[in-house]
Amino acid sequence: MIAEAKETRASEVKSQSLHPLFELTAMRVREFLREKEAVFWVFVFPVLMTFALGIAFRNTAPEKTPVAIEASTTDTRASELAGVLSRSEEITATVVTPDEASRALRSGKVSIVVKPQDDTFEYRFDPTRPESRAARLLVDDVLQRGKGRTDVAQIAEQKVTEPGARYVDFLVPGLIGMNMMGSGLWGLGFTIVIARSRKLLKRFAATPMRRSHYLLSFMLSRLIFLVLEVAAVIVFAALAFGFTVRGSWLSLGLITVLGGFTFSGIGLLVAARPTTIEGVSGLMNFIMLPMWLLSGTFFSSERFPEVLQPFIKALPLTALNDVLRALMNEGATLASMWIPISVLLAWCLISFVVALKIFKWQ
Amino acid sequence: MSTQVSPAAAAVARQRVALRCLGLVKRFTDVTAVNGVDLQVYAGECFGLLGPNGAGKTTTVEILEGLTPSDEGTVELLGQNWNSGRDNRALRERIGVQLQETQLAEKVTVVETLRLFRSFYARGHDVEEVIRTVALEEKRNARVGKLSGGQKQRLAVACALVSDPELLFLDEPTTGLDPQARLSLWDIVERFRDGGGTILLTTHYMEEATRLCDRVAIMDHGKVIALGTPAELIESLGADQVIEFSVTNPLTDEPLTNLPAVTNLHKRGDVYALTVSEIGVALPGLLAEIKRQQSELVTLTTHQATLEDVFVSLTGRMLRDS
Ligand SMILES: Nc1ncnc2c1ncn2[C@@H]1O[C@H](COP(=O)(O)OP(=O)(O)OP(=O)(O)O)[C@@H](O)[C@H]1O
Ligand SMILES: [Mg+2]
Repeated sequence: MIAEAKETRASEVKSQSLHPLFELTAMRVREFLREKEAVFWVFVFPVLMTFALGIAFRNTAPEKTPVAIEASTTDTRASELAGVLSRSEEITATVVTPDEASRALRSGKVSIVVKPQDDTFEYRFDPTRPESRAARLLVDDVLQRGKGRTDVAQIAEQKVTEPGARYVDFLVPGLIGMNMMGSGLWGLGFTIVIARSRKLLKRFAATPMRRSHYLLSFMLSRLIFLVLEVAAVIVFAALAFGFTVRGSWLSLGLITVLGGFTFSGIGLLVAARPTTIEGVSGLMNFIMLPMWLLSGTFFSSERFPEVLQPFIKALPLTALNDVLRALMNEGATLASMWIPISVLLAWCLISFVVALKIFKWQ
Repeated sequence: MSTQVSPAAAAVARQRVALRCLGLVKRFTDVTAVNGVDLQVYAGECFGLLGPNGAGKTTTVEILEGLTPSDEGTVELLGQNWNSGRDNRALRERIGVQLQETQLAEKVTVVETLRLFRSFYARGHDVEEVIRTVALEEKRNARVGKLSGGQKQRLAVACALVSDPELLFLDEPTTGLDPQARLSLWDIVERFRDGGGTILLTTHYMEEATRLCDRVAIMDHGKVIALGTPAELIESLGADQVIEFSVTNPLTDEPLTNLPAVTNLHKRGDVYALTVSEIGVALPGLLAEIKRQQSELVTLTTHQATLEDVFVSLTGRMLRDS
């Protein structure tokens, strides 16, 4: 009885509703966070993807140049020579029979074959292969020095590995772009079409809710998640691979917002009419598939034929990826990226205007 | 919510029209869903639209709610009209709507849902108060997806009540609910009406219409086929009682309708339904007639005439196909 009385009192506490835009946005955020799968695909998956691809394509320390010494194994001259060459940190030398040597060279297992003769050496290599030409210089250098050649000029070396030039550096902006496209389209497309198919949109239309508030709530919740989404990948890549953003954070922020709005706009457009999940799924795949393939997420879109380039450059994801890469990897300014930024702006504006025109509430 | 309206005030209120529509027509590609409907609902009354599946109830109500444009006809709500394609927010502030098919978001809780709906309105009830009105205190923090059918329906009605509307639209609020859940919804509706609110509800349960509605319009194939208080409609049958019976050998109808005190005869399959004004007079005549036609009774039941019988006598069909 006492417990009951307490409960009644507790429920007499007033619950204030806040501004409709706040309540709508809060609803979006709650619905998203309570959907475990959505959280996985938006936050965890891109990080896993960065990790997997970053590891698979990491730039390893330069490998030693494989060199074959052609001779019979009993030949002492050959094993002596192998000893001399192997003393260099950059060479692994093995003594093999002439047959094996030719095979190894052909298959690329070794870059050069050295054949010791009485007092001379014969180099056998393929000059069209860059690594073979490099191997020739390296081997020659070691052998000449071994014979007593001395360097005349004093050299100071400085070894640099450019962080912005690794595959993972290329990959991270692309993954962020792709993720922004996916979460924008799925986030708006699905949520709106589900609400329509469940007659929830119609129910909202029966209230004095401002329709702009409903649509704005999607923008706002997208912005909140966007920050987290982008930060998750950048922070992870920074910790795991030493990824750095070279451009200004402010520019990155602005582009993130623009990209987020652009794909929200496209999401809204996709969701403007369909009444079934199947319908909107098909439409979304139709729109996203070309961009997954062409927009240069995993490899540069420049590799596609010249005739396709104008089309590829006009895709919003290509534009976003290009801007993100220029910002993150090259430290470019926004002004220098005005072409892809204009492409994004155009997509953003057009999709919003058209979506609002054709949007159906039931 | 529970300020009692005096009978005199109620009588005055009756003169005021809360809702009026004239000549509503709505055509879909393959069917004319609403085919010339005129209705008038007075302030303070509970008005029922009773009809079988596909009668056009939902279409009519959604036209009245300003959600579906009609092909023909006019609607006037609380002295205002719906502006097509323009801002109707002022009018929407004053009505509460529960749609037949809405499924509220599953991942959010009862109180969160109500707070959202409350935020759309400039004025209205406190959310906690509405939760008490629909007796969902225990489920306050439960997610919508975890509610029972009856609780979901009460929440849907709560969303319509949260703005303290003058006019409440309920589209089949109790369809699919068990008797217990239905009773508790009836209770909510009655309290709203007692507080001076006007209700338009649709149903295909005649008990519901009889119990809740001051006046009922019976709809079939997009038309209003009968209109009045439940008592008036039942009276129009000219009968108090209905005798339903079945027999071993089919009977000829003519002598049955000519029996004393019999006003009407309907056959559904092999069940005969006689509407009678005085059962004491009709029954002996009926038994004698069955014997005369050399048949024998298999079953016989009698009941007070209901709105269902009104519908059957007007259309020859049952309200609910079973
Ligand atoms: N959007 C639509 N497109 C085409 N036909 C429709 C549409 N909505 C309703 N109808 C048709 O209009 C007729 C009336 O439908 P309505 O939903 O108004 O009936 P109802 O009386 O509410 O039925 P129920 O009791 O089953 O809810 C039906 O034949 C239905 O198939
Ligand atoms: Mg209906």
